[in-house]
Amino acid sequence: MIEGLLLRTALVPIIACAGILLGLLYRGLDRVLVARMQSRVGPPVTQPFRDVKKLLLKENIVPRDAVGWIFNSVPVIALSVTVLILLYLPFIGMEPVLEGHGDLILVIYLLLIPSLALVLGGFSSGSTYATVGAQREMVTMMSYEFPLAVASVSIAWIISAANPGIAAFSLGAIAMNPAWAAVGPLGLLGLALLLLTMLAVMPGELGVAPFDVAEAETEIAGGVLVEYSGRNLAMFYLADAVKAVVLGTIVIALFLPWGIAGSLGITGMAAVAADAIFYLVKLFIVIFVGSIFIRAAIARFRITQVVKAYWGYATFVSLLGLLLISLDMLSRLL
Amino acid sequence: MRKAGDIIGQESRDTYSICVGPVHPALKEPVRLNLRVRGERIEHVDFELSQVHRGIEWMGTRRNPIQILYLSERICGICNICHTFAFCRAVESIAGIEVPPRARYIRTIVAELERIHSHILWAGVAAHELGFDSAMHYAFRAREKVLDVIENLTGNRIMKAIMMIGGVRRDMDKGQARLVMEAADFYSRCSRKLEKIFLGDPVIKSRTRDTGILTRHDCLALCSVGPTARASGVRKDVRQDEPYGAYPDVGVKAMTPDEITGETRGDVYDRIAVRLREIKQSADIIGRCVKDMPEGKIAHEDKANVLLGELRGVQGEGIGRHEAPRGEVFHYVKLVGEEAPYSWKVRAPTYNNLLSWIPMMLGAQIADIPVIAASIDPCMSCTNRAVVTGPGRRQVLGQDMLHDLSVKRTRELRRGLRP
Repeated sequence: MIEGLLLRTALVPIIACAGILLGLLYRGLDRVLVARMQSRVGPPVTQPFRDVKKLLLKENIVPRDAVGWIFNSVPVIALSVTVLILLYLPFIGMEPVLEGHGDLILVIYLLLIPSLALVLGGFSSGSTYATVGAQREMVTMMSYEFPLAVASVSIAWIISAANPGIAAFSLGAIAMNPAWAAVGPLGLLGLALLLLTMLAVMPGELGVAPFDVAEAETEIAGGVLVEYSGRNLAMFYLADAVKAVVLGTIVIALFLPWGIAGSLGITGMAAVAADAIFYLVKLFIVIFVGSIFIRAAIARFRITQVVKAYWGYATFVSLLGLLLISLDMLSRLL
Repeated sequence: MRKAGDIIGQESRDTYSICVGPVHPALKEPVRLNLRVRGERIEHVDFELSQVHRGIEWMGTRRNPIQILYLSERICGICNICHTFAFCRAVESIAGIEVPPRARYIRTIVAELERIHSHILWAGVAAHELGFDSAMHYAFRAREKVLDVIENLTGNRIMKAIMMIGGVRRDMDKGQARLVMEAADFYSRCSRKLEKIFLGDPVIKSRTRDTGILTRHDCLALCSVGPTARASGVRKDVRQDEPYGAYPDVGVKAMTPDEITGETRGDVYDRIAVRLREIKQSADIIGRCVKDMPEGKIAHEDKANVLLGELRGVQGEGIGRHEAPRGEVFHYVKLVGEEAPYSWKVRAPTYNNLLSWIPMMLGAQIADIPVIAASIDPCMSCTNRAVVTGPGRRQVLGQDMLHDLSVKRTRELRRGLRP
């Protein structure tokens, strides 16, 4: 028991570092790939690491009008909570470090905190641009919460129906029991719609185009982050990078949880390595579809259009998915 | 004069003042917009000009007309042909200089190449303001070819330095003519592609349709010019209304959005449509000009010192107009038989178009500010004048002060005229 606890404690810093490194690496890939899609050369993949290094060396300016303690504490909160979420997720194909201590519902609540930190940071920085940005961030957050919740709850429902007695909201359990296997054709369609919803929620959560209204460089000059610099900005940057990994991992756990080792017939350490690599590939695909590609392909929405897209279309699609899944369940009961 | 700090922030319970500029990512050149917003909606718009005054007209009245040519190119990087063209026409009209036909054609070709490059640049900027960087990079890549052609023709990519009073400084040979023809073909196709990207994209359409509407009535009342006016359905184009250069031979028709989309709404979308179609129009004009180009001299007088001597002998006032990519540019010159002109006055198109920001922005959202601001293609450094600066004071000359100064100046002149 104690050994297990020690092992888990030892894993925490490793996962935190791996999450940050992976986040920055995918951020680098994002920048190169977007550049290639825009017929540019783009920066080297290591550019985000250099950016963070540079930001950490820069002066940390706190505006005169800012509420200092909030302004300085929210970047730490944003980064630490984002890393904390990773501990509840099946990261790199492993069982979650904090398995049994928190489930999908907790993760969804925790996901709010980095956004709330941004909102607080924006309001506390004493700039009009940041205030506008913070209002927009809040509205965006409220808009994508519902479709996200519908998608998550539907998956848990499917799994609990298929495996009675299981802790259905536990991410370990969700990852072990792919929802796709537990439903019929109607349910498959419903799940596909839910996957689509999740992928649509991703850019909103990550604040990338077309949902980058809270930062909208050309409109409000960086919005919530306009007054942030140096170390504080670096922490928000890192939190953002890790959040991409977090969201990717959630989508993988909910919708694409399979490993590759079983089908290749590999066992032992090689199996762990194969699954880890397969996880990285899946993560790349999810981030590519949910963030990189969409960022290069679409212009920025207005905040009213963001609300319409999430409260209107995404909610409709997710509810339709839920409806199809319930029909599927009913048809099997009958 | 308000200080920078005191207009930002909350004014009442539910309206905010937001200040865009003088330095802001939405602006490519300094101007300051003071806006009052309720939530995301704009309720009041005002702007302050003269953030980038350089005193070019003053410098001009201390130089000879040929030196002014190069000075006038520096009024604005993108419209460097426009200002030299208008200035040349003003001086030529005073001195009664006849421009040789071949020079008129070359001038027209270069001016239209400039329009292509300016409009594509603008399309890229507009895409960037909408947060659509992919379209911006696509537009900027498409712009490279015209810059290469301009470099081949004039020796420079931006600052063309090809205009001369009474003609042009460089001839065009057969190889260059072929290059220009190729570029014209390329941009005929390119304009279609750009139209597909900008007018066909649903997100761009949803952001720009019915955004920043300038009605035909407002447009006429505010004397808007160029594509801004044409997008509101006002058929106004110097090339059509008062043809010069090779335009009488080519026959230009003002482009209005009803020819492109079938209706005129006067919104940002229409302004995009008009500018993109004008790329094709320019390419067609260039094609015609290259085909019909007459042989002959390219300048009224080759030697600059002879020309200067000729200009030193003339007296009178003249105006020069040219349809710049942003609208009509207007130069007034008064020569009094001396080395330097007595007066030189520049009125760039942005000066007319700026006021149309107010009806366009009222009722729009904060998110629309950048694209509405960009939609008139503002060029601040062309526009700024009349600012007095000194240690500890910074003052814009308002109407009252200008009036007082004018009265004072007139009295001085009268006194000087008395025997």
